[in-house]
Amino acid sequence: MTSREDTMPGLWQGFMAVIRRDLLLAWKRPGDILNPLFFFAMVCTLFPLAVGPSSEQLSISGPGIVWVAALLATLLSLNSLFLSDFEDGSLDQLILSPQPLPLLALGKTVAHWLSAGLPLVLVSPLVAVTFQMPGRTVGVMMLTLTFGTISLSLLGAIGAALTVGLHRGTALLSLLILPLAMPVLIFGARTVALAAANDAVSAGIYFLSAYCILALTLAPFATAAALKISNE
Amino acid sequence: MWKFLHKLASPPHFYDLSAKIIPWFVVPGTILIIYGTIAGLFYAPPDYQQGDAFRIIYVHVPAAYLSMLAYTLMAVSAGIGLIWRIKLSHAVAAAAAPLGAWFTFLALITGSIWGRPMWGTWWEWGDPRLTSELIMLFLYFGYMALRAAIDDTTKADKASAVLALVGAVNIPIIHFSVEWWSSLHQGATIVRADGPAMPTEMLFPLLAMILGFSLVFGALLLGRVRSEVLFRERRSRWVKNVVLASGEQG
Repeated sequence: MTSREDTMPGLWQGFMAVIRRDLLLAWKRPGDILNPLFFFAMVCTLFPLAVGPSSEQLSISGPGIVWVAALLATLLSLNSLFLSDFEDGSLDQLILSPQPLPLLALGKTVAHWLSAGLPLVLVSPLVAVTFQMPGRTVGVMMLTLTFGTISLSLLGAIGAALTVGLHRGTALLSLLILPLAMPVLIFGARTVALAAANDAVSAGIYFLSAYCILALTLAPFATAAALKISNE
Repeated sequence: MWKFLHKLASPPHFYDLSAKIIPWFVVPGTILIIYGTIAGLFYAPPDYQQGDAFRIIYVHVPAAYLSMLAYTLMAVSAGIGLIWRIKLSHAVAAAAAPLGAWFTFLALITGSIWGRPMWGTWWEWGDPRLTSELIMLFLYFGYMALRAAIDDTTKADKASAVLALVGAVNIPIIHFSVEWWSSLHQGATIVRADGPAMPTEMLFPLLAMILGFSLVFGALLLGRVRSEVLFRERRSRWVKNVVLASGEQG
């Protein structure tokens, strides 16, 4: 007798399958990856145009600008995290599947970070160079952005799960997530600014990594609970 | 004990009980606020540094205190509602949110008015408490917006409960990070009138105001929960009876 457990894919397979599927979907629709990146580059272009081209000013406000732009670009891509799954019924399958939902939600979040957060981190040096950031600062910025975008993906997944299927979802998502994202923004931007001033940066990086681990531990459960509520 | 709690959680019983309790909040609360206002404005000695301007503390501190108390109450009752599926506690959470938002707003406005003579500016980004109070207001807005966006009450209850709990986990982190951020802020250092401990003529009106505000908050909350319960149970028989009974009286 083959029990259900024998034929069932394990936890790891389920987790990887969700990631692979989402990455494949993202690969087939490159616009979903590219549009937030273009948005990020464009917001970073808007600030020098609005504030003025003086290089001293840009080197002071550069870290903040990059961080705000990254935050907004992440929000933009979060909106569609669960939307297509909700519309075509895949979300029901995820919830019904034998693997625990928090794990699958984490898988979706990881895929989101790989397709939205990681490209942002990789593109950010290009922007940093135009803001006259020195090499060491660029390294710190990429490190803080890595931890920061992971945290934002995890936090944002909760918001996306809460607002999936609502008509006014987009604006609502920003309203829910932005206040919660402020610690990440504060520590991210300030750490880069400290690096630019040749100050010690370890405290900020420690905080961001700790926040990231806390979010990694708790957020998938909140996302799963929110998904079940939204899909009732 | 459990029996009492179970009985309390039933809407008709709560509706009757709260009608009897509310006066016990309103009367002492009003007396305390009247005493606190008179004693605070006329009998408390002027501050040695801030003169009479410090007297706004008698509104500001109770409002700020209640803005946090209301969020705690909201998150705790939302959690209770989510875990034990008690509808009444969802109604409490829903009723607490707008009150909390108003107290947060009041704390921000009075803080800003206080800041004008003390710091010479309406708004000081360097002060961590102003900034985290502002973020608190945004959290309330997010909670209420999510609730308003979902038509189905049960679903709105559960979704907003998850949000309230996520926010409750984040609030200490937000406070801490805003404090760290402003301690790095260069520029004007704020003059703090920490000075010696408050004399009792100053302290007693403040305590009276805090207690009075809390009691009035309790009364307002109970009143809001009552109408929330009436609305949610509008199709039930006991609400019909309540309406009929009030019709006979009037």
